[in-house]
Order: sequence, then C-alpha cells, then structure tokens
Amino acid sequence: MRMRPRWLVAIAGSAVLLLVPPFLKGYGLYLLSYWLVFVIATMGLNLTVGYAGQASLGQAAFLGIGAYCVAIVMKAGLSFWLGLPLSGVLCFVVGLALGFPALRVQAIYLAFATLGFNVAVWLVMRNEEWLTGGTSGINDVGRPGLFGLSLEGNLAYYYLILAVASLLAALLWGLLRSPWGKAFTALRDNPIRAESLGVHVQAYTLLAFAIGASYAGVAGALFASLVQFVEPTPFHVGASFTMYLMVVVGGSGTFFGPVLGAVIGVLLPEWLRFAQGWYLVAFGVAVILLMLWLPEGLLGIPDRLRARSEARDAARDAAAHPEPP
Amino acid sequence: MADFLQLLVSGLATGSIYALAGLGFTLLWQASGTINFAQGEFVMLPAFAMLVLSALGLPLWAAFVATCILAVAVLGWGFKRAIADPLFKSGLMPIVVATLGLSIALRNGVRAGYTAEPQPFPSVFGDQLFHLGAVAVSLVDVGTLAAALALVLATQAFLTRTVTGRAMQAVAQNAASATVLGIDVPRMVFYTFAVNAVLACAAALLITPTYLAKFDMGESLGTKAFFAAVIGGFNNSRDALLGGIIVGVCENLAAAYVSAAYKDAVALAIFMLVILLKPQGLLGKPVERKV
Repeated sequence: MRMRPRWLVAIAGSAVLLLVPPFLKGYGLYLLSYWLVFVIATMGLNLTVGYAGQASLGQAAFLGIGAYCVAIVMKAGLSFWLGLPLSGVLCFVVGLALGFPALRVQAIYLAFATLGFNVAVWLVMRNEEWLTGGTSGINDVGRPGLFGLSLEGNLAYYYLILAVASLLAALLWGLLRSPWGKAFTALRDNPIRAESLGVHVQAYTLLAFAIGASYAGVAGALFASLVQFVEPTPFHVGASFTMYLMVVVGGSGTFFGPVLGAVIGVLLPEWLRFAQGWYLVAFGVAVILLMLWLPEGLLGIPDRLRARSEARDAARDAAAHPEPP
Repeated sequence: MADFLQLLVSGLATGSIYALAGLGFTLLWQASGTINFAQGEFVMLPAFAMLVLSALGLPLWAAFVATCILAVAVLGWGFKRAIADPLFKSGLMPIVVATLGLSIALRNGVRAGYTAEPQPFPSVFGDQLFHLGAVAVSLVDVGTLAAALALVLATQAFLTRTVTGRAMQAVAQNAASATVLGIDVPRMVFYTFAVNAVLACAAALLITPTYLAKFDMGESLGTKAFFAAVIGGFNNSRDALLGGIIVGVCENLAAAYVSAAYKDAVALAIFMLVILLKPQGLLGKPVERKV
C-alpha cells in the first residue's frame, strides 16, 4: 500500500522520459541527457553512501576514468562497445584497490582517501599529455552505432543513455532486493549487529564501493560520447562534492533519491543562471537551507506529510471519541 | 645541500600553516562531531576581511584583531548556531553536505561580490633574506614557522593546563559524563568553535602573503588541513602539528626533486601509507569505538 504513489510517479516519470524528448530542442535534450548521466553516477554513489553508509568524495574521479577510458579506446580505433564495459570494469578494479586500505579504518577515512584520490587522478589527467592530451583534452570523441543503427544524433544517443540508465537501475534494484543487498542495508543501519549476524563488514562495504565506482565509470563513458570532448575540468574534486550533495539532497539510501538529487545538482544551477555571478552562491545557500529543513533529503517529504496527516487523524479521532473521564 | 635546507625551511613554514588549519579541524571534530568542509574558506574569509579593513585605513594589527572578533562572532558563534547545532542530531551526512554548500556559497560570494583576481597581502615579517653560511633563509618562512609553532603550543597549553581547556577536552571525550560533572557543555563547544575561528584568522594572516588572497585559496588549504590532521592522528594538537609539518616538508621536497606537477598528490600518498601501516595516525593510539 505504502509504495503505491511512489510507483505511480515513477511510471509517469518514465513515460515523460520516453515520450517528451522528441519535442525538445537541442539544449533541452542535452540537459536531459546530461542529467541522466549524473543519475547513473549518483545511483552508484548512493549504493556506497546511502546503502553501505560510507562517505565517498571521489565519484568524479571514476566518472573521469570512465570518460578517458572510452575516449582513449575509441582514439585507438576500437569500438565504443568495448570501451563502455571496460570503463565499468576498470573503475571496479580501481575502486577495490582504493577502498581496501581506506575501509580498514573508520568510515570518515574513506572520504579523505577518495578526496585525495580525486585530486591525484585530476593531476594525472592534466599532466600526462601522452595519454590524456593534458589540458587540451581529447577532441572528437565519436558516438557509437548499434546493429547498423547510428546513434550519432542527439535524440538517438539520448535513448541509448536512457536504456543504459534503466538497465543499471534494474540491476541495482535486483541487487538491493537480493540477500546480498539486504546485507548492505543491515550494515548501514547497525554495523556491529550486522557483523554479529555473520556479515563480513569490510568485504561488503568494499564491494559496495567498487560497484558504485563502476557505475560512475559507465556514466563517464556515456558522458564522453555525449559531450564528444574530454578534458580534466568536469572531473575536478568540486564535481565529486556536487555528486555527494546530489545523493544526500535527494535522499540517500532511497532508490529514487539520486533521480531527484541529480535534478537539484544539474538543473537547479541552470535555473539559477539568471542570478549570473551569484548563482553558485544561491545554490550553496539553497543546499544549506535544504539540509536544515530536510536533513533526510527531498524524499523525506512524503514521510513527513504522512506523519503529519496521521497525527491530524489521531487528533481528530481523539476529539470525536473523547476518553471517558 | 643549501637548496635542500632552504626547501626544508619553507616546507616547515607551509606545514605549520597546514597544522594550524588542521588543528582547528580536529578540535571541531572532537568537540561536536562536525566535519567542516568549509575549513579552507574559514581561512580565506578572514584574509579578505583583513584586506577590506586595511583598505579602510586600519593598520594590519588592528585589522587582525577586528577580524578575529568578527570571525569568533560569525565563523564561530554564527556557524555553530545556524548550521552545526541544528544538524548535530542528523548524523554525519547532512553536516558534510551543509558545509560543502557553505564553502560553495562563500567561495563564489567572494568571487562575485569582491574580486576573482588574486590580491597581494601585506606580510607581518617583511621580505628580508638572511644568510646562514650558504643558505639563504627568508624572514617570512622563519617568522611563520615560529608564530605557528607558538600558536599550536599555546593552544595545547590552554587545552591541558587551564580549567576551561580541560573542561573542553572532557566534553570532547564524553559529553554525557561532562554534563554530569557540571560542565557547561554547550559553552565549551562554543569555545571550541571560537578557538577554531581564531586559529583560522592566524593561518590567514600567516599564509596569505605567500599564497595571495584569492577566492579559491581555501580549496587546497582545506584538503591539506584534513590530511595533516589525519596523518598526525586526529587526537591532539601535537599530532596535527606533526602531520602538517610532514605534509609541508614532503610536498616541498617532492616538488623540487621528484615532480612539481604532482606536488598536490604528495599528501594523499603519505595519507595512504599511514592508513595502511598505522591506521590510528603516526602518534595516535587506537581508540575503542562506541557502539
């Protein structure tokens, strides 16, 4: 019963995402594609942050690794369809290597390790010109075709991103419903209890982190072909902060949280452009106010409304049937 | 050899600044569980406040004192009341996000409202060089190191020798027991925020002449401060000092002898080594965690 309105919204949203884009102009379509890329990346981050309870501030680095991976693979004359899974796998492996030392200690250490990792990856992107083209980046990243069908056009490419996003969302949904996923949640809610029930805490957090990283890798691969130009700027630490912010603002540990959070992180700055130089100030202030008002994120609103209406019903019942003195 | 010693001295100076910012960060974390991602901006803002006050005609020392008072009010009291207190019960994530939002707002506020260009900043120590044999040492480096050392030691003495400082430590260790013992916990937590604000002002005064006042100067400074705090061990002020100095010196030496381009990755490398080999920090002792 409780889940029903949420699913109605999800179905309506999917219909909009399927049917509206043909009527959008170039920039609208681009923004929507951009938003979907970030939905994928933050879905992965949500697994790490929301379900496994770790603070990761390096998601942009994985996004970048994915983007450069696809760009380099395609520049070598190989297929996008090789680069896309390779991005995911590469990020998974790097995630394991980074998470292993960091997750041995307190939760907050992963935040610092990922933050520093992001700085380091960014320096590599900027300095290793033989590999990444340095600050001038890699130009003319192509878009793939599929079964003889060209995905070169903006609309066709949008549908590819939508398809990948839906597939990854379904995978995540299945993962979270499996006993394996239940262990993630158990671990976030009470690590000590989970451990005493036989959940290997470090192994599970490490896996959650690596899977989250591989989502960013895939998102990065799609991003590279979306903007068709890869350079270090979008993968700066600041972008990692923004993604972390998207997850928490949307509602960490809720399945649809990243969908909403990415709206805030990607589209809100666009709407605030009228404020010109001040738009990021407005954005920062909006984020602070939102946290003060809704520390559990935007998806806390339905729960709040429900709690309020229940309280009102209870009050009405109490008024209608006064306790006998 | 002369080069090496010069690099060592300037590394020590930079490191001691990291230590100052890292120390405030550690204090906040211990006293209130606040991870402040705007710590770098807490150094940037006083730098600009001092610039503005100097432009209004105040001498540097007066601008510094006025900035300290302002900082205690705004970055101490205001920050605590408006952001840290309301989010205290919500756990780690909301406070991290709120301070990230704060840092975005402050950084871009200064850029949009004041200037995006780096501003020169007067040095307390002048720009003399003096020679010790073949080694040329700048007065700025030596002065910075001495001032930062003095501040860290003074903070340490305040925390361990005075009744107020000990009460603050008691609150950091166990707020519930501290309340039972009759310590005014909210007041002690406020003192911590105030000390953090003053340390940030001091760091601003010392580092800005070298780094110039710029809206995004807090970015790398904040990160280095975190690393300094964690490498040292997150336990007391001596640890933050050690962490800061290790980061500062290694960074400077690596930039000169290994690769200037990867200077900013040095702190990460040390940090990863430390958590692999000695997760509680170089000087830290393992702490039993509360359930």
